[in-house]
Amino acid sequence: MLDLRHSAIAASYIVAAILFIFGLKRLSSPATARSGNRVAAAGMALALGATLLDQQILSFTGIAAGTLIGAAIGTYFARTVQMTAMPQMVALFNGMGGATAALVSVAEYLRMAHGGANAGAGEATSIVLGTVIGAVSFTGSIVAFGKLQEILSGRPLQFPMQRAINGVLLLAIVALGVAVVTNNGGTVALWLVFLLALVLGAMFVLPIGGGDMPVVISILNSLTGLAAALTGFVLHNQMLVVAGVLVGASGTLLTLLMSRAMNRSVGSVLFGAFGAAPASGSVSTDLASRSIRQTTPEDTAIALAYARTVVIVPGYGLAVAEAQHTVRELATDLEKRGVDVKYAIHPVAGRMPGHMNVLLAEANVPYDQLLEMEQVNGEFAQTDVVLVVGANDVVNPAARDDPSSPIYGMPILDVDRARNVIVLKRSMGHGFAGIENALFHHEKTRMLFGDARQSLTQVGQALKDA
Amino acid sequence: MSVEVVLGIYVFILAIFVGFEVISRVPSVLHTPLMSATNAIHGIVVLGAILVAGAADTPLLHALGFIAVVFGAANVFGGFVVTDRMLEMFRKREKDSKDA
Repeated sequence: MLDLRHSAIAASYIVAAILFIFGLKRLSSPATARSGNRVAAAGMALALGATLLDQQILSFTGIAAGTLIGAAIGTYFARTVQMTAMPQMVALFNGMGGATAALVSVAEYLRMAHGGANAGAGEATSIVLGTVIGAVSFTGSIVAFGKLQEILSGRPLQFPMQRAINGVLLLAIVALGVAVVTNNGGTVALWLVFLLALVLGAMFVLPIGGGDMPVVISILNSLTGLAAALTGFVLHNQMLVVAGVLVGASGTLLTLLMSRAMNRSVGSVLFGAFGAAPASGSVSTDLASRSIRQTTPEDTAIALAYARTVVIVPGYGLAVAEAQHTVRELATDLEKRGVDVKYAIHPVAGRMPGHMNVLLAEANVPYDQLLEMEQVNGEFAQTDVVLVVGANDVVNPAARDDPSSPIYGMPILDVDRARNVIVLKRSMGHGFAGIENALFHHEKTRMLFGDARQSLTQVGQALKDA
Repeated sequence: MSVEVVLGIYVFILAIFVGFEVISRVPSVLHTPLMSATNAIHGIVVLGAILVAGAADTPLLHALGFIAVVFGAANVFGGFVVTDRMLEMFRKREKDSKDA
């Protein structure tokens, strides 16, 4: 049964699977990560090349054209996207993978039906699950993209009967799926499954707040892996099963690590509608009546210049203003004056875990200046000035002190323990979680309003005169 | 159950363990690149798209296969390139810290 062609394909798939595993392993350490990505890409190239040897392929025209177009689109966007827009780019590519899995499942079922063959129960089950999971991942990722790109509101969108509607959708999908598996539904039922799953994916992500998008993207990422593995069962292709499951499993682990960093269970992310009902009333009116103290770039420069230790806390505002280079220049100037400058990185600052690390790395901030939350929290009491650049929820003391707060229990950077806090912020708007931040009203906090990059530039200029 | 299905299930289960083990100790610095790289790897589903597009014998199947190949290829190429761009910056930083 194994002719030379089959053996070559099988051997290539085995080598490709090993390359994927080694690639992932190397991706787990900063020193080897880049080569890890390339090892995985080599595995992908090998697997793609081997697949073209398959005898089922009658025509290469569509394949060549489709690959060229897809590769051109993907490479163009991947090369031109701003580093700040990285999270939504990952969401978009993930959605495309989900769509591919769903389309492959539907097409394979149509092919079987067209050929007059009934799919076996196992294959039909894989087809239905692959279709549903792929379609949910597709529209879910598109909505996540829209929220991160701020095409859609980052606030949770809720409407009446939401859970009831989702429940009905899910029931309808299950019923139609059973009809497909038992050969009672035919192609119409599978198309309906596909369409309803597209709606379900969007409905599922719409009520989730923008602050939870990293976890959502990670979940959708592992779902797409699972959908890819299911198409492997349909097409009897072990390569798809291995690679898909690798992503499904590692993506699930990554999701758990992220939710742990946010101290939120995956269930509460998906069903809790974070920030939908912020603890309004007493707390926020109380805060609103309290005053805030503004400062100027000049005063900020002086506070920084005469400090011994400064800790910079970057957040999403830094990413939006693309201020990573400016903040690094300011830090370098301060170091020349003998100020000890460190960066405090909250694991979920920005829109993705490691988002801030990527941005600061782009600006060539030395690795040893980046401190993780556990390292830095003990040091704030000895810190003269904390400079918060566009971070909000990750420095909100309510997460530590106020059991009624929706973010209560989330680990935060204890910046309020430092001697002075200067917060760079566009306005008094809320963070992604949509809640008040008592830090801004604290007596040792000064607010410097404006675009983070402009403010930092002004501070840098004032520093030269200080 | 056929031997093939049973083998498939074995592969499925073993791959779950490998997937968990291989990234169990990843520093949070690398979470975003890792998510992006696994995102590229699930682009492997383009193989399925290629098989479907290649074996298509009706206009509808041709169309579905073609769209699937475009999406899948975008996932693969975009995913690996964007991950490489992220990690390129890490390499620079490594060099910097050695120089320091």
